[in-house]
Amino acid sequence: MIPAAISALLLQLLHVALALAAAPLLVGSTRFAKSRLQGRRGPSPIQPYRDLLRLLRKETVLAHDASWIFRVTPYLVFSIMTVAAAMVPMFVLDLPLARAGDLIAIVALIATARFFQSLAGLDIGTAFGGIGASREALIGSLAEPAVLMVAFALALVAGTTALPAIARFVLSGGVGVEVSLALALIAFLIVAIAENGRVPVDNPATHLELTMVHEAMVLEYSGRNLALIEAAQMLKLLVFISLISALFAPWGMASAEDGLDFLEVLAGIAVFGLHLLVAAILIAAVELAIAKMRVFRVVEFLGGAFILAVLAVVFRFVTEAS
Amino acid sequence: MFSTIAYDLSHLAGATVLLAGFVVLYQRRLLGVFRAFALQSLAVAAAAAWQAYSQDAPHLYVTAAIAFLLKGIAAPIALNWIVRRLDIHRTVETAVGIGPTMLAGVGLVVLATLLVLPVTVSSAALTRETLAIALSVVLIGFLVMITRRNAITQVVGFMSLENGLVLAAVGVKGMPLVVEMSVAFSLLIAFILFGIFFFRIRERFDTLDLQSIESFRGERR
Repeated sequence: MIPAAISALLLQLLHVALALAAAPLLVGSTRFAKSRLQGRRGPSPIQPYRDLLRLLRKETVLAHDASWIFRVTPYLVFSIMTVAAAMVPMFVLDLPLARAGDLIAIVALIATARFFQSLAGLDIGTAFGGIGASREALIGSLAEPAVLMVAFALALVAGTTALPAIARFVLSGGVGVEVSLALALIAFLIVAIAENGRVPVDNPATHLELTMVHEAMVLEYSGRNLALIEAAQMLKLLVFISLISALFAPWGMASAEDGLDFLEVLAGIAVFGLHLLVAAILIAAVELAIAKMRVFRVVEFLGGAFILAVLAVVFRFVTEAS
Repeated sequence: MFSTIAYDLSHLAGATVLLAGFVVLYQRRLLGVFRAFALQSLAVAAAAAWQAYSQDAPHLYVTAAIAFLLKGIAAPIALNWIVRRLDIHRTVETAVGIGPTMLAGVGLVVLATLLVLPVTVSSAALTRETLAIALSVVLIGFLVMITRRNAITQVVGFMSLENGLVLAAVGVKGMPLVVEMSVAFSLLIAFILFGIFFFRIRERFDTLDLQSIESFRGERR
């Protein structure tokens, strides 16, 4: 038998390694599914790996007036996203690092990454970087209250903000057809779309549009810096999808409470892969069905998410009181 | 376990009605508003049918059928027809911006909850919640009527207000069928009257924007 501490460590390492490996594949399969739905053949799902490798081999070009912020940001953002990915349960409920932070800590981590990315966008002083940074700040300032409200609604339902505890509560089946949870889920989906810059908030497939947000902000990056930023963005999508699956559909996850079963972990990984596949197809289908909205409509879109989350809290309050 | 499922399902239907009310507030296109209103009416019909089943009160099936046929199907089709017939500009003209309206809507939901919960301490949990949701739907219907300039969206507000009333009526036990029938038919008559008025207003002023009528009456100068 392996001692518990070492097996936990191994599990955590496996978790991080899988997250890092799965993120580009997730983005690749989303693009693949989207192009198939559009009737194109599309690049193979493993294309993002090749892109990242190519970027890593390329030379890095820095602007003359780039300060240390610009140079540090890619490493910072990537490591922050890795930490966030390490804390979100993906195929095992109780990770050693899951105790390090709850839902609010993860929101704060993502906000920190966004803060540095916006600073880097402003740092080199090009017009596009500034536009992207200001729009990112706009989206962030609207998305964060909404996601915090979702966290409060979940905390009211489950009595905690710790991710494994919420997942366990949902698994226990004590919720039934819970309206607050459904409202919180819709709000969280909207926030996830906005945070990851997917259609209808931002178009991830374009580099040449006046309305782009994320791509405008990272326009000046090249070489390995760009590779890190892109990998971080892929990780972010993975983090949000695994947050959704951990909070609202945690079925099939291995529980580490009573010693780990090898088969259980394997089953957990399989279910998680299934979740990612479903998410990729859903994202592709939604992106085909709707058009990108004007930047100023995003305010209403995210305001809607905030209002849904507030309603989730109010409904929970009504149920509690009765 | 049956009681909790009954509770959850009626809770869900009520929440859908309220959510559809918010969609009516959020929509910028007239056709979207009609669709959201149709969704709301269908949810009301579902709530009524579920109550009929769980309370074992067959007359509520009639309410459900009226809500389904009249407001879920007939009214949206009629509204669509009016819009096409009068060739109305298909954006919603608001007196107050969408964002503040949504915030006001949330405020009204909180108000309704705070109002209903202390008053109905003695009743069952389900009744209290349904009443809270129904009152919110009624208030949001009022809000739609207040904040929209176009007469046709005001009518949608009026009918979604009535949806709230029906929701309250089916949630409470012992509502006589006569009352519901008369409410439904008065709504129908009101709808027909509104339809006639649309044509008259349109003929007279070339618009359905009610501001021009206010100036006609001499309220604004």
